[in-house]
Amino acid sequence: MAKEEKDVRFSKFGTVSFTGVTQVNDFIDYLEQGKLMGTKCKDCGQKFFPPRAHCYKSLSKNMEWFEVTGKGKLVSFSTLRYGPTGFTEELPYTIALVDYGDYKVFGRIDPAVADPDGTLKVGMEMVAKTARTSNGQLTYVFNPA
Amino acid sequence: MSRVAVIGVGQSTFVRSYPGSIRELAFEAYSEAMKDANIQNADIDATVMCSAPEYDKQRSPAGVVAEYLGLNPQPTFYVETLCSSSSTGLKLAYSLVASGLHDVVMVLGFQIMSQLTSNESQERMGRGADIQWESPFGTMMPAYYALHAQAHMAKYGTKPEDLALIRVKSATYGVLNERAVYRKPVALEDFLDPQKMGGPVASPLRVGDCCANADGSSCVIVANEEKAKAFCKKPVWILGIGSATASVNMGGRESLTGLSVGIEAGRQAYKMAGITPKHIDVAEVHDCFTIAEMMAIENLGFAEPGGGPELVRAKETYKEGSIPVNIDGGLLSKGHPIGATGGSQIRTIVRQLRDEADNIQVKDPMFGLVHNIGGVGLYGNVTIFGRE
Repeated sequence: MAKEEKDVRFSKFGTVSFTGVTQVNDFIDYLEQGKLMGTKCKDCGQKFFPPRAHCYKSLSKNMEWFEVTGKGKLVSFSTLRYGPTGFTEELPYTIALVDYGDYKVFGRIDPAVADPDGTLKVGMEMVAKTARTSNGQLTYVFNPA
Repeated sequence: MSRVAVIGVGQSTFVRSYPGSIRELAFEAYSEAMKDANIQNADIDATVMCSAPEYDKQRSPAGVVAEYLGLNPQPTFYVETLCSSSSTGLKLAYSLVASGLHDVVMVLGFQIMSQLTSNESQERMGRGADIQWESPFGTMMPAYYALHAQAHMAKYGTKPEDLALIRVKSATYGVLNERAVYRKPVALEDFLDPQKMGGPVASPLRVGDCCANADGSSCVIVANEEKAKAFCKKPVWILGIGSATASVNMGGRESLTGLSVGIEAGRQAYKMAGITPKHIDVAEVHDCFTIAEMMAIENLGFAEPGGGPELVRAKETYKEGSIPVNIDGGLLSKGHPIGATGGSQIRTIVRQLRDEADNIQVKDPMFGLVHNIGGVGLYGNVTIFGRE
């Protein structure tokens, strides 16, 4: 009998991916199509980012995907000058948290943003877009709106 | 329910690189606590072993350490909540004693971090966060706390100098602590020198804002009221214990200007002890970074939200101030051997409440508080201690 192939699409996410198997692997296909997606519970309407396969409020797997669009507010950011193993070649890079109201999204600032510490301000409006990491993996980045 | 007291405390010297294994390191704290309590192994009914995984190769270290300390056949429990492991261990020990199941329980925290490079240990710590959704971005502990510092600065006008003042205070007491890793004084001007405390790590945090990894062990022995009074002249009572968790993913946090686990654990502990922040005479808070101490003094009610910088500038957190905080040097000076840290904080407060704190003794303290955080505000324990 042929061995069942494992769905390890999630190993394409981020500079270093630490897990390949998840029930929200379609997130990766959406990233490849240029879409940043979260999930929404069809029973109670709760939106989740990062996306989840289950809703703990409705105790269900009755989820649908929604696209993260529009502007969010920059909650905070930090530029790393020192990094963990696996990331040191990308230094410096800037991480950030952006608030979309119903949910918040954690990620990186677009490396194309010059002098992020000088130009970014907490509270400013940001937009997210899909991107590739320096080693060709899938990711998303934030830019000032 | 029986009252529960601490009857013995010990810790190793915290060092950058311990020349030995975890069992040998654990022995150092164990032997000090056993001499302090003046009891024998036969008096101990159970042990709780605390460390964070993956810093050394030993799996299920509780059995190895129990054997080395001659604590077979007593049952042992392995407890892990990252940097708050040993205060979580204390909560388990408290429960085991208060329930009547055991009379005397030992909590042993240990960590050897020096077998990894600094980048490797940052990678381990980064994986203490959400490995599916955050670690792939290259996160690490200083960067997560930097997000909190940035948010605190934006909301309250906190300055990098306010954070530096916390390190200056820490170093003032680190100089006095023979068990600390970092024992040199630090001046505010050192933060202007990128070769010294001013080196950038994760904006706005600098080298001087961060504690150092360390190897170390700690030991706390607790007993029920009958045994405590039989064994111990100065039992220190556990009056309140609060614990909380929060979302691993930063996206799940209401705000980054404080740690919700610190607020919630503190609320529970004050309620159980029947006291308010004003009653606390001396506190040990989890200052893995300067911003962590700033948030802790606000989250515990020593200052209003946003009032931390003013309290710090007024030196109210020094030994002579209204609320002495981390006057053993804190994690910033002692170093942070993850699994051992909570027990070391408890040791400091117990010695204060026994009037045995030597050169850092505050005058006649009645109530002491320990605030110990695991991960980036993922786990939080607040414990309130008092004397007779």
